[in-house]
Amino acid sequence: MRDVAVIGVGMQKWGELWAKSLRDIFVESALLAMDDAGVKEIDSLYVGSMTPGLFSGQEHLGSVCADYLGQRHIPATRVESACASGGLAFRLAWMEVASGISDVVMAGGVEKMTDVSGGGATYALATAADMTWEGVSGVTFPGLYAMMAVAHMDKYGTTREQLAHVAVKNHENGSKNPRAQFPMKVSVEQVINSVKVADPLNILDCSPITDGAACAILVPADKVKDYTKPGVKIIGSGHANDTIALHDRADMTTIRAATEAAAQAYKMANKRPEDIDFAEVHDCFTIAEIVISEALGFFEPGKGGPAAEAGETALTGKMPINVSGGLKSKGHPVGATGIAQIVELTEQLRGESGERQVKDARVGLAQNMGGSGGSSVVHILEVM
Amino acid sequence: MAVGIIGYGAHIPRRRIKVEEIAKVWGADAPSYKKGLELREKSVPGLDEDTITLSVEAARNALTRAGIDPQDIGAVYVGSESHPYAVKPSGATVAEAIGATPACHCADFEFACKAGSEGMFVAYGLVKAGLIKYGLGIGGDTSQGAPGDALEYSAAAGAAAFIMGAEEEKIVATIDETFSFMTDTPDFWRREHQFYPSHGGRFTGEPAYFRTVTGAVKGILDKSGMKPGDFQYAIFHQPNGKFPKRVGAKLGFSFEQIDTGRVVPTLGNTYSGSSPIGLTAVLDIAKPGDRVMMCSYGSGAGSDAFIFTVRDRIKEVQDLAPKTRWLLDENVQYVEYGEYAKLRRKIRMAE
Amino acid sequence: MPSASQWRHYPQTYRYEAARCRECGTVHFPPRLVCRQCGTREFETFNLKRTGKVLSHTVIRTPGDAYTGQAPFAVGVVEMDDGVRLTAQIADISFDELKIGMPVRLEFRRMFAEGEGGVLHYGFKAVPVR
Repeated sequence: MRDVAVIGVGMQKWGELWAKSLRDIFVESALLAMDDAGVKEIDSLYVGSMTPGLFSGQEHLGSVCADYLGQRHIPATRVESACASGGLAFRLAWMEVASGISDVVMAGGVEKMTDVSGGGATYALATAADMTWEGVSGVTFPGLYAMMAVAHMDKYGTTREQLAHVAVKNHENGSKNPRAQFPMKVSVEQVINSVKVADPLNILDCSPITDGAACAILVPADKVKDYTKPGVKIIGSGHANDTIALHDRADMTTIRAATEAAAQAYKMANKRPEDIDFAEVHDCFTIAEIVISEALGFFEPGKGGPAAEAGETALTGKMPINVSGGLKSKGHPVGATGIAQIVELTEQLRGESGERQVKDARVGLAQNMGGSGGSSVVHILEVM
Repeated sequence: MAVGIIGYGAHIPRRRIKVEEIAKVWGADAPSYKKGLELREKSVPGLDEDTITLSVEAARNALTRAGIDPQDIGAVYVGSESHPYAVKPSGATVAEAIGATPACHCADFEFACKAGSEGMFVAYGLVKAGLIKYGLGIGGDTSQGAPGDALEYSAAAGAAAFIMGAEEEKIVATIDETFSFMTDTPDFWRREHQFYPSHGGRFTGEPAYFRTVTGAVKGILDKSGMKPGDFQYAIFHQPNGKFPKRVGAKLGFSFEQIDTGRVVPTLGNTYSGSSPIGLTAVLDIAKPGDRVMMCSYGSGAGSDAFIFTVRDRIKEVQDLAPKTRWLLDENVQYVEYGEYAKLRRKIRMAE
Repeated sequence: MPSASQWRHYPQTYRYEAARCRECGTVHFPPRLVCRQCGTREFETFNLKRTGKVLSHTVIRTPGDAYTGQAPFAVGVVEMDDGVRLTAQIADISFDELKIGMPVRLEFRRMFAEGEGGVLHYGFKAVPVR
């Protein structure tokens, strides 16, 4: 198995991209990544997208993307693991380079969510849950995370304000991110008083509906010198599943899939949670970031809320989380999120993040997750 | 061979709306409606409740009291004027839900408010004929009253279920006699595809309800050789609180005899569930040896009368499932007219 | 949604039919082909007792298309007395009554209609034990 590095990343500004189609959005980010890497051709493509079928009526996405990227005959694979589609695409791309099968592989992610109504988007997203046995209750995604929050609050005393602090911090970070969908700052009061979605979560606790794509180019680590920009090495990768239904989890107040995927990545990288300088985690809802920060070992179970409130996860805190603005402020085009996390890690580790730069960033972790925690993918990247 | 009820149960939705709430919206005089109808409030089904769901829960209560294997139920009949489907029997879903399928006869009944007692009659008849071991007859409705119409104050929702059997040790009340009185009388009807029923105003009184109920009761008393004084309880179809009182008095029953079964003042008119639910309220408190008469009425028009004798086993089953009085008095949540209109689908939604 | 996908689950949605692993006794609802605890493929079917308690809850205020018009409604994760968990709407309740640990009972309810002319879907909701 060869070591693999990320040599180029690309991502456009995310938002409601009314004038751009699914394939345009993908190609736009893909070209940015190829330009960043300085490549005109790629050997293979993995594109993560949760459900182009439900959102755009388009399947066979591998073929569509390779075709419209002008890379017509390469192997192209659409990868799906709900909201972890991007992270999983990245892992598969890493495997293909690590195994020696290919030398230049693109891992991309794309989602076009605004061609359906709000109710249609809620339905499409709900297919990441147990459609039969959770769906039977009419529960939505926010509803599942709301129940996770209620259980977490009951077990650990996590407060409504602590959840809101996550949103405040992520918007603070996102305000410095030119690609973010919602770069405006928010206050704890605004979060708590925003429109109710699923008690206790309000709209400002929830990541938005977004159109967008992100792409990364992976090459063998020992070929990095052939390229112009610094490479960032993939030192750890992990992937794990858990029960599809929240109600079948042994413990609803944690995300075991994240813990297990992280364990694999930590082991491969020979790192511990304390060794991670900053992390991009899957804050689809504020409670998710708190639970994941505990599941990844950054904080003791139950201490994620107080840590967020105390500013420990802020840009200048001792464990910066979601300095990009997270899903909350940056946006969450489902399949693209996992790759956008890699984009952030890469730019941070290259020292290119400007106002958002984490000081002395050497090791970054990206955690991507599907559904209510049914799957999770973790990667650890390090400066070369 | 004695045949009778071996299990019974009712189910009433939790929500209620008061007469005042309805009168307020239509500018009507609430006190005079309350006095004229002897009715204070009525039950309101939720968006997730319909004749099928109410029938299933009533049947479950009956099954709990009967203590039998539902596979031994040979027939399931649901009588209603608000079957959720025009074609696809409510009984099929009920039978599936309680586990009586597949070796089971099933049919839906319709005859305005007496559809429930029809199911009871036929279930009883098949057991008596020896064709089935147990038969389930249910009367349930979630009927609509046109906005602002007199019927809006009373059209309510509820269901009652009765399992009939012939095993001595299981019977809680024998059916001693039945009599049906029926003529073609156009007092109240609903044409297909109409959302609300129509009625003939005062024609629904003397020539319809009173003539028919009186005919059935006189017929059954004649046939059985019994007199009103022989009964502890009499239950009449109750479209409002006044009619059962009047007809009872005319026929020689006292107020004490009819009041336990007269559940309409706080329930409203549950149409096919009306006298059947009244019967469950009586069975909940009856004592062994009590003689009970029930007479339904369905516009169009007909009445099914029954005479029951309560058996010892009644004492063993009364507490096994929710009692009707508890369903009426304790399990209650009030709604305003706007919520009521939404729940009763009276609000025109976007296409 | 086509009728068959609902119809094949009537034993579960109508009668709460579950399966108990013959080897380790783990209860599965819905029944499965493989025990999630020990991997055995032998089960005995039985109907769950209707009662359980709420482990977590929320109020859905922005539902998906099939449920618009029903919102707001409460949903909970319920641990059934037979030891298996499920997710269900909690009906007939004011939202301030929702509490972890509250006892509930499954009741037969209409889940939704497929438009004006389509099939009616029935199933279970949890109602508070009063």
